[in-house]
Amino acid sequence: MPTLTIDGKSITVPEGTTLLQAAAMVDSEIPVVCYHPHLTANGLCRVCSVEVDGWRVQAAACVTTCAEGMNVNTQSTGVRLARQTILAMLASTVDLSQSPEILPLLAEYKADPTVFADGKRRENPIYDDNPFYLRDYNQCINCWRCVQVCAEDAQFAFALNFDGRGFETRIGTFAGNGMTDTTCVFCGQCVGACPTGALKPKRQALLEEGYNPDEVYFATRAKNKRNSKNTD
Amino acid sequence: MSNLLSPDRVVRTTCPYCGVGCQMNLHIKDEMVYRVTAPFDAEPNRGMLCVKGRFGTDYVRHPARVETPLIRTNRAEGRSAPAQWRTATWDEALDYIADELVRIYREQGGDALATFASAKTTNEDNFVLQKMFRSLLHTNNIDHCARLCHAGSVTGLSLSIGSTAMSNSIAEMEHLECFIVTGSNTSETHPVIANFLKRAVRKNGAKLIVIDPRKVEMTDFAHLWLRQKPGTDVAVFQAMAHVIVKEGLYKPEFIAERTENFENYIESLEEFTPEWAESISGVPAEDIRSAARTYAKAGRAAIYWGMGISQSTHGTDNTLSLVNLAMMCGHLGKPGTGLNPLRGQNNVQGCSDSGGLPAFLTAYQQLKEPAIKAKFDHYWGTDINPVPGLTVTEIVGNAGLGNVRGLFVMGENPMMSEPNQTHARHALEKLELLVCQDIFINETGEMADVILPATSFAEKEGTFTNSDRRVQLCRTAVAPVGESRPDWEIVCDLAQRVQTRLGIQLTHGFDYAHPSEIWEEMRALTPEWQGITYERIEREGGVHWPCPAESHPGTPYLFADTFPRGRGKFFEIQYGTESEQPNVTYPFRMTTGRVLYHWHGSTMSGNSALEEAFPEAICELHPDDAIRLDVKTGDWLRISSKRGSIEMRAMVTERSPQGTVFVPFHFVEAAANLLTLDKNDARAKIPDYKNTAVRIEKCAPPQGWDAGYALPLLERGAIKDPVQVH
Repeated sequence: MPTLTIDGKSITVPEGTTLLQAAAMVDSEIPVVCYHPHLTANGLCRVCSVEVDGWRVQAAACVTTCAEGMNVNTQSTGVRLARQTILAMLASTVDLSQSPEILPLLAEYKADPTVFADGKRRENPIYDDNPFYLRDYNQCINCWRCVQVCAEDAQFAFALNFDGRGFETRIGTFAGNGMTDTTCVFCGQCVGACPTGALKPKRQALLEEGYNPDEVYFATRAKNKRNSKNTD
Repeated sequence: MSNLLSPDRVVRTTCPYCGVGCQMNLHIKDEMVYRVTAPFDAEPNRGMLCVKGRFGTDYVRHPARVETPLIRTNRAEGRSAPAQWRTATWDEALDYIADELVRIYREQGGDALATFASAKTTNEDNFVLQKMFRSLLHTNNIDHCARLCHAGSVTGLSLSIGSTAMSNSIAEMEHLECFIVTGSNTSETHPVIANFLKRAVRKNGAKLIVIDPRKVEMTDFAHLWLRQKPGTDVAVFQAMAHVIVKEGLYKPEFIAERTENFENYIESLEEFTPEWAESISGVPAEDIRSAARTYAKAGRAAIYWGMGISQSTHGTDNTLSLVNLAMMCGHLGKPGTGLNPLRGQNNVQGCSDSGGLPAFLTAYQQLKEPAIKAKFDHYWGTDINPVPGLTVTEIVGNAGLGNVRGLFVMGENPMMSEPNQTHARHALEKLELLVCQDIFINETGEMADVILPATSFAEKEGTFTNSDRRVQLCRTAVAPVGESRPDWEIVCDLAQRVQTRLGIQLTHGFDYAHPSEIWEEMRALTPEWQGITYERIEREGGVHWPCPAESHPGTPYLFADTFPRGRGKFFEIQYGTESEQPNVTYPFRMTTGRVLYHWHGSTMSGNSALEEAFPEAICELHPDDAIRLDVKTGDWLRISSKRGSIEMRAMVTERSPQGTVFVPFHFVEAAANLLTLDKNDARAKIPDYKNTAVRIEKCAPPQGWDAGYALPLLERGAIKDPVQVH
């Protein structure tokens, strides 16, 4: 049961508690982007970075476990600047316009994507390769939630993984196959966990494009229906 | 980039597909469900859904939904002639049905009438339906499709321990030490439960023993896979019991305290050696020993099973042999142990619970008990017929004999689900009155006199009881299509018309304003539901029955102290089978089952986007058989039994064993049940769906039917060979 100090408040927590969880107990709010409370945390986006006294670098609160005597600052100038930079970089490379969880953070941290105006943006095709959902990696922030739920966090289907390196890193399938040629079982856990508009039910995308419900119905039906015998 | 859609509202409800009872949030815009998510903090699914729940609910707005009552205009041409309909008002349709029900009742008595309750509708819907037939028409000819899925399990469990539900909750699955999955393709039929089971194996080191002739996906996660020949389950289970006894791995204290007849049972086991079982089932004796040891030595071990155990002429024996195993090892009455028949439909548990069975009232209160009958008689102010009614298969049979003249079908599709369809069709053709109350005109509806348009799960309220006995709410999300009405409302309206015609005045009649009032009546009549109210379900998300008082927490696992029967009874089992065996003319075994993307008779899935993923019937053929028959994946096959023949494309895969062809039963154009035999388990009355002797031959593709058939099989939708991809 380590005892530590977070933003000047002392707290004793059970073994294995993360800084993120401990901070919530003392009402210190740490912003998160890739983290999801019911999924494995990976410390990918670093927006939850905090300062720990004596540590050379900032710690990702979602994956750092509390230790005895830690003195943690969740709102120092350093961490706020780090968050601002991370968010600005995200916003300059990725379309965040459909990310209701992230947009408020951009405002709160005054993250200005034009700082990196000459930066390269992610440009990918929109994959429409299955009957149920679309994949638009222009909106993907590589949070890895979809990969986690496709693997051991939920479905054990292992259809998704990281693909590419460095800036080219994105979520992909084995050999770039379309979803119907992977182990995907279309459970849509990935769609349920996606924090941006990158993974979206087809029906939702069509409604957003201005189709009315009846048009959506027909647009999601192929012409080669087995029941077409009686209709044409 | 278009704007992110914000929903008009988000409604929490229960999934309409399988028995897991997943909680889901329907996101609504313009009365359309455009997105389905699952709350991560809610039992039983904790954020997970499968393809059916997530993407398969758009049938709610299908253009073919029935929007007004319909009356058949070409009755004279017979029921199998293509139906011609005219729209009718509710008054007209219900008066017609009431007149006919009363006419038949007066001419021949209530037992000339029968009804199929529905595992797809709410507890309240089923309760009022059985109440109408029991209290007004004095018949117990009430049954539903549970007869066709878990009757073998239900009968076996009633005989041995006296309770038929899953003994343990879904939440316990992650913490199993060892478990057996047998006769269940869990990852396709109960995908979310399968995820918890996989998690138990991969994250918590549980040992999984799969006992199944098919290479189902769960075998990828198995510690041990026993691939028995189809239909030889009893041999394997009995041999495991033999090993447990011989090696002294049983639990004498549990057996002494909680069970009876163990001595006789031990004697009967003598001949069931693993070597004998190997000669029968093809499973190596060493594997049987290993499985027996692993199961018996585990601290907490559970058994999960599906249709593979139950749908057999010896379904009851299959179940009894599993119960014997669990009882001798003491794997009952603790968390993470138990006997768990995985229920198929989202409310198959609830429909059985609500009195949708010929011999039981709510929560398995026996009709034959005078005190129970008196309680219901008094409450309703009627005199219930104490003689148990006919089962589903018997109702169809008696329709053929002219004993049943009127049939009211609520949300079922016997013309897909009954075995030996040709025979079933002839039987239903003889009915004087056939009413279908459904959301679509399905294959049975095509034969009906009247179609009553019901609302779908998204358009009504009520409770569903999932596989682990958790009572959960179904909530209204969108406005009903056309003039459709909730099932309970239609039934109550009809019942009042019948009541008037018969001149009966019940003490508690059918004038309910809301399903919660029906639930209150069900509660009042059922001690085990006393503690469950709508408010409480609203607050807690769901309550596991039995729950005798509002202060009672509900019962996630059963049999902690005692069995409903008192002592659990060991049953001696004879090995043998009455199933149809392959012969020279019909050398293959056909086994039927489900695929991930479809749902039973496909009334729902076939009208949803799921159809795009799996648009045609395919059969699984073993490569050795394929070489002999010169068949490649995508070739057309004609599969014939003594009763009929169907045509579909083949997928060559090692998934099904050599000599066995697997056919999904969802597809009307290749209805597997045209081939199956209407031979039943003697005790459970469940048909032998898993075993039919068939002949297979190559045939020419059908002409001009479906443009998609021009595509190679593996390029249609998401059809793929699971053995290849996993």
